[in-house]
Amino acid sequence: MAALSRKWDPLFVLVLGSLVFSCKGDVLKTSNDRTESISATKIEESSPQAADLGDLRQSDEAESNEDRKAFTPPPPNDQFQEEMVIRPLYSGDIYASFQFRTQWDTDFLHDGKKAVSHYRLFPKSLGQVLSKFSVRELHISFTQGYWRTMQWGQPFIPSPPGAELWVWFHHTVTDVDGNWKELTNVLSGIFCASLNFIDSTNTVEPSASFKPLGLGNATDHRFLRYATLPREIVCTENLTPWKKLLPCGSKAGLAVLMKSEKLFHSSFHSQAVHIRPVCKDWQCTSTAWELRQTLNVVFDLYTSGQGKKEWSLFKMFSRTLTEACPLASSSKIYVDVTDNPGGELFDLSPSSPLISTAVVLGDRRTYSVYDLTKKETFGQLRSLNLLLRWKGESDDMLRPPLHAERYVSGFGLQKGEIHTCLYNSHPYRAYPVLLLDSLPWYLRLYVHTLTVTSKTRENKPSYIHYQPSKDRLRPHLLEMLVQLPPHSVTEVTVQFERALLKWTEYTPDPNHGFYIGSSVISALVPSIVAMDTNSTRDRPLFSSFFPTKEESSYFMRVYTEPLLVNLPTPDFSMPYNVICLTCTVVAVGYGSFYNLLTRTFQVDEPSAPLAKRLANIIRRLRGVPLL
Amino acid sequence: SLISLTSVAFLLRGNCKHVRTKDSPPNICGFNLILVPDIKICRLVNVKTVIPMVQLLNWRRGLFPQTKMAAPLTLVLILSVTIRAVLFRSSLAELISERVEVVSPLNAWKRGLFCYYVLQENNISLFFQTPLVIYLFHFVVDYAEIVFMIVDGITAVALYLAVQNYNKNVFRKQKYALEADRYPHDCLELMRSPKEMHYIPLKVAMFYLLNPFTILSCVAKSTCGLNNAVMALFILSTLKGSALLSAIFLALATYQSIYPLTLFAPGLLFLLQRLYIPVNPCRSRFWFFTVQYSVMFIGSLLVIVCLSFFLLGSWDFIPSVYGFILSVPDLTPNIGLFWYFFAEMFEHFRFFFICVFQINVFFYTIPLSVKLKEHPVFLIFMQIAIISIFKSYPTVGDIALYMAFLPVWSHLYRFLRNIFLVSCVLLACTALFPVLWHLWIYAGSANSNFYYAITLLFNVGQILLVSDYFYAYLRREHHLSQGLYLRRKDGSEATLVLK
Repeated sequence: MAALSRKWDPLFVLVLGSLVFSCKGDVLKTSNDRTESISATKIEESSPQAADLGDLRQSDEAESNEDRKAFTPPPPNDQFQEEMVIRPLYSGDIYASFQFRTQWDTDFLHDGKKAVSHYRLFPKSLGQVLSKFSVRELHISFTQGYWRTMQWGQPFIPSPPGAELWVWFHHTVTDVDGNWKELTNVLSGIFCASLNFIDSTNTVEPSASFKPLGLGNATDHRFLRYATLPREIVCTENLTPWKKLLPCGSKAGLAVLMKSEKLFHSSFHSQAVHIRPVCKDWQCTSTAWELRQTLNVVFDLYTSGQGKKEWSLFKMFSRTLTEACPLASSSKIYVDVTDNPGGELFDLSPSSPLISTAVVLGDRRTYSVYDLTKKETFGQLRSLNLLLRWKGESDDMLRPPLHAERYVSGFGLQKGEIHTCLYNSHPYRAYPVLLLDSLPWYLRLYVHTLTVTSKTRENKPSYIHYQPSKDRLRPHLLEMLVQLPPHSVTEVTVQFERALLKWTEYTPDPNHGFYIGSSVISALVPSIVAMDTNSTRDRPLFSSFFPTKEESSYFMRVYTEPLLVNLPTPDFSMPYNVICLTCTVVAVGYGSFYNLLTRTFQVDEPSAPLAKRLANIIRRLRGVPLL
Repeated sequence: SLISLTSVAFLLRGNCKHVRTKDSPPNICGFNLILVPDIKICRLVNVKTVIPMVQLLNWRRGLFPQTKMAAPLTLVLILSVTIRAVLFRSSLAELISERVEVVSPLNAWKRGLFCYYVLQENNISLFFQTPLVIYLFHFVVDYAEIVFMIVDGITAVALYLAVQNYNKNVFRKQKYALEADRYPHDCLELMRSPKEMHYIPLKVAMFYLLNPFTILSCVAKSTCGLNNAVMALFILSTLKGSALLSAIFLALATYQSIYPLTLFAPGLLFLLQRLYIPVNPCRSRFWFFTVQYSVMFIGSLLVIVCLSFFLLGSWDFIPSVYGFILSVPDLTPNIGLFWYFFAEMFEHFRFFFICVFQINVFFYTIPLSVKLKEHPVFLIFMQIAIISIFKSYPTVGDIALYMAFLPVWSHLYRFLRNIFLVSCVLLACTALFPVLWHLWIYAGSANSNFYYAITLLFNVGQILLVSDYFYAYLRREHHLSQGLYLRRKDGSEATLVLK
């Protein structure tokens, strides 16, 4: 083994050298070159003791002192993991969830303005943004379609339809609103999305619903900004920049599967980026930055599967897997086989000997694991094409413990009522949920009409935070803590009035209506099984996103449907007419008063006819008496 | 004496029905004494004027018929309270309280309640209403219905007393003018008789209390009723000659909705007239009183504003109430001219037109004060009418206040040119408002232009109504100085024109 490693050493040094050089140019250049990555894979495979790239690079740098003076080398402490979870859904649809995690033991903020200049796995475009705007935590998601909790269960990482962005700024930031505005514009450029439409009219500062998910117990919500764009359409132009943030791009690893024509031909598509500070190791002596890129997609039984309950990687993504991303320290595929212990529900081929269990979303699930870093996974054909073939009909799904829906009631364009129904399906446990509603100012919300009823009885929220809207400046923010009785429906209603806007404030299709962002329901739901509170243990990525503090409950976030609300519209074709007509009426008023004010009454003396006047002129000339 | 009256009337070839004893004042013993010098005049003029003349001259001797008017007024009050109570209890109350014609963002009970709630629960000051009104909510929120009915009653009684007082003044002036023989002799037709004027205060109270507009406004619990009460009290205290109370109520009304500021001029003119101070800038007494009244007004305004500040601990209400009134950010449809105009306005002209439209409301004060400086009460009427037509968030409650004054000018009826047309327009518009609103908002078969057209027509109707009354008033004054039956130079009947 040692001989083998010695034999590989020169090549190894060479490859690493080229890696270092490629990074020198301050450009985010992931080693996309196919040959290079292949050789790197070989190295990793062949020399396990030298697998830690950082150590070697350090020795490499020790040899070249000039290099060290020229730039500070990146700390040899970043790692990349990728994984994909496939969960067959009860409805016959299939849910695929990708997670890519890059962890980097550096600190953008404490280094101050001199900032990190050397990037390896972490995308430089995001790193610069983080340090420039002193961002502590950043969560952004783009979603097309609505997650149907009642049919599909719970997603691993929930997201509302449209775009959602929430950011915790570092507490040293003085001008949070200014930073937020610039940040949204920059992100808008990075993700090719309309995030620049986020302004003060749709930004709120939730007081309780969005706590930092990473390290640090920031509670001052002045440093938090939350905004949604429910109308944002997600498409290929958002996926491409998102893929470019991955160390391997879409050239190798799981990202190969992301072909946009397949991904967007689905019932639900959600892509997200989550950046947060995490513990570097189990002692938590120092912090590291974690970048999680997630992509969730639900393929529809009928549109993508042609009605046949038969799925394969190729059918879903029109690609098969041939390799892991060479830069990834782990690359795995999990297939949820909890409901299929004896293989009576579906066939999974090729089958995997590896079985892992994880506690996720309050339930213990069993997964078949395919490790892509292992050669045998790919078998004889050197490609992995997972195939799921249903055999039996699945029984009804267990109702998720919490779900919510929302609708507008009432008719006409004058007023309405927003109903939010919160379902607690837990048979015997009551638990509190935080409901957050951010409504635009043009719905004039009458908070004093707020009613919360569960089981036909009034259920007074124990905490209500309401920030009134200001016309054309800021939206309504309504947050409340509601205790949901066991096995009940809690209905929250509030009345509103629809405003008439200026004609320039309407969207180009005003009669389509205005989208109102989802309500956010955050809750600590009682768990059926004990949750894993040991955050340091190596767990699959999908089960470790929301930190768990206690064993008895787990954190859950549910988004309701966005609303489509019609507003009364003026006639857009006649501004000139209106200006003319109204001014005429004012002029009628002005004119009639002016007339009466400036003139006086006089007896009307009709002037003599023309002939008489002419005759009189002649008579005057002649000197005879006038007529 | 009754027999003698009848005989005299017959002597004068009078019609018997004009001298029915039940119409006659109860105490008429002085009749014979004063009849003799007046018969000369009476012979010259139309017979119809004889009886009013008799009554007029009776009044001169302190024999003005003073029947008890409290009973009918009480009756009207009870009737109006019953109507309101029934409506409050019916299912219509909620419907009415959401009508855009009846409530505006500034005076809607729902918004007030909302501000009150937000202030109480979250301690956030958010205003559509002035802080004092919101503070008032604290006390009245549980018995709002009774309070609004009482407020309407107060307004009616204040208007009743004010008009009674005004009529007395009118009589006194007419008496002096008659005694000084200042009127041309053919103008006796235009003289106002006690009989005709007897019921005017009651009619005013009725016009206010039983006006559907007031009833709707009250049932909707629009705080417009409060503003009207403050204005009515201002008018009452002015007509009673109490400068301090007048200034205080004017300050309150101004505090509530800026626009009553224009009533400063008629209030001052009336008080000056009452104190026999000529409006002459060269006289120190004029300036002394003007400064005195202004100081009282500004002082009480400051006190009220500071009181609001101490109640809330912030000045937020100034921009959010007065900025809201002046810059018209809320374009909810109403019966006024602002909403659609500024919904359709080009952005770069918005500021200009807001200035124009707001100046328009205040602008008429100066020329009207100059023209009507001898007639401050009519000036008050004109100002209230102009405010309710041209203000930024008008409601039917505002219209009800100036419409209550129409009986006071019933003697102008003969000079009104198009009262029939205008009444028809106003009635038709009132009926069409809910119809077109329904078509636009609920049925979706009409668009905003329909409702807008009706607001335009309604405002034209109001403008014509007010300018017609103005015309009639000026014309009557002209006739009182020039004679009723004017002749041309050649002796033919003349027509009067404005030149």
